Amino acid sequence: MEKVNLNTSQENLSKEFVFKADNVSVSYGEFVAIKNVNLDIVKNKITAFIGPSGCGKSTLIRTFNRMNDLIPSASVSGTINYQGVDLYDKDVDPVQVRRRIGMVFQKPNPFPKTIRENIAFGLKVNEMTDNIDDRIEKALTQAALWDEVKDDLDKNALELSGGQQQRLCIARTIAVEPDTILMDEPCSALDPVATKRIEDLMQELVQNFSILIVTHNMQQASRASDYCAFFTTKTSDDGKRRTGELVEFSETNSMFTNPKEELTEQYISGRFG
Amino acid sequence: MNNAITGRKTENAIKESMFLFLLYICVVIAILTLMTLIYDVISTGFERLTDDYEIGIINKIQVENPRDFLTSLDSRDPLKAGIGPAFAGTIWLMFIVVSITFPFGAGAAIYLQEFAPKNKLTRFIELNLTNLAGVPSVIYGLLGLAVFVRLAGFGRSVLSGGLTLTLLILPVVIVASREALKAVPDTIRQGALALGATKFQAIFRQVVPSAIPGMVTGMVLGLSRAIGETAPLIFMGALTYVNYYPDNPLSGFTAIPIQVYNWIGYPQAEWKDTASAGIILLLLLLLTMNSLALFIRNRFEKDW
Repeated sequence: MEKVNLNTSQENLSKEFVFKADNVSVSYGEFVAIKNVNLDIVKNKITAFIGPSGCGKSTLIRTFNRMNDLIPSASVSGTINYQGVDLYDKDVDPVQVRRRIGMVFQKPNPFPKTIRENIAFGLKVNEMTDNIDDRIEKALTQAALWDEVKDDLDKNALELSGGQQQRLCIARTIAVEPDTILMDEPCSALDPVATKRIEDLMQELVQNFSILIVTHNMQQASRASDYCAFFTTKTSDDGKRRTGELVEFSETNSMFTNPKEELTEQYISGRFG
Repeated sequence: MNNAITGRKTENAIKESMFLFLLYICVVIAILTLMTLIYDVISTGFERLTDDYEIGIINKIQVENPRDFLTSLDSRDPLKAGIGPAFAGTIWLMFIVVSITFPFGAGAAIYLQEFAPKNKLTRFIELNLTNLAGVPSVIYGLLGLAVFVRLAGFGRSVLSGGLTLTLLILPVVIVASREALKAVPDTIRQGALALGATKFQAIFRQVVPSAIPGMVTGMVLGLSRAIGETAPLIFMGALTYVNYYPDNPLSGFTAIPIQVYNWIGYPQAEWKDTASAGIILLLLLLLTMNSLALFIRNRFEKDW
């Protein structure tokens, strides 16, 4: 099977979009989690997904690196164009997709190994083992963790604090040199100080990466993102099924100062959700 | 008002302490029973292992070389009988059981837990594994006799015995290994996959290494069950009187529990003491293995 080269289509890069989601719906068996989403994600910017619980934001973000493939009942319709390539084309290798589009999870999930091995694992499976020590140092430096751990790289990663673990997870993600990082509520298990550090780090990283972040935290979205997509749930007529929908997508500033939709305004002002 | 509150408290406190006392009694009874058994075995068997060996009240007999018990051969004379061949037989069995059970048990568990499609066939296999773990051990002896001794032509050898015991503990080891794999959080699998690892790499480089301590613990506990088994070995035709050391997998053999069972069947009082000495050895072996399992679990247990 010939693999599609994800590096192609330079002409699309000039448009500065990293993802173009066209009429995307995701369902788990019969249950439609989120439907008819149209979104163009701008390159080298931070785009936040906000909305109440169950609106499908996490489901949607997982379609961007094909993590939903791991759930047998999940199916995706519509197209997601990633730098000119249809992510769900049958010739696309999901393993390559995940290498190019990194992901940081809600709960820090370092491997129960040393700090060094945590980063080396991604490098090894991607055959990036030349200058492995330099790569580890670079990744930890980029993730603002190097100064704290440089003297005990052989310490078990589970001994780090929650915030440090999450920065280690970011470090191992950027070590494999992706061009996009998906973050699924990366700060929800962290205290405000650790959250602030991650947000500062995102501002650094966005120079080199495109970032998509799912968050429950309105302040975080307004502080840290450039673009903002607001989702909500719509209950079916019989009241049994709830399906997520995109309500509004715009620059964060304009969404928070001048929301176009009534629903968005209610949500960001805290009157609903 | 105050009185009512304090009254209720006392009433509940009495109920609670009564219940706690009942639980405490249960623990004491269980431990006392065990202690009595161990004391009985040690008090009779330990003398057999020392120079001054007393029979009954009057006779005092000197055992010639009591410390040779571990190495000397079986004998018609209870004072000369040793557990050597049975001990060696048990070691042979352990070696065969471990070298077959670990790869097959771990392999089956990894396949069932990580790769098998969730369909009817898989559920059928899972159900049967749990059932097999509960089948009486004699049945495995019957199977061993039919398949390994007769069909495969291994005879009543230590190989047949080891294979029979392997079948006996394989379901238990597979179930325990699956539990160890299940205990590895899904976030580890996802974390590995999100870095561009293939499913194979995620499982064999992250999930399985994290589960190894649990799998080894299950293996050791299964093994300690295997070496305590008598019935399946007797059923498949292990010998009861063996006066040589098994030197290859096709040798005839006996094992410690069979030897003990055999000795205890003789009428003379001296045999009972010799059997007790054998039980002490078996207890020591089991205690060592269970401690090893406990050590591995505590040493490598992860707090996710």
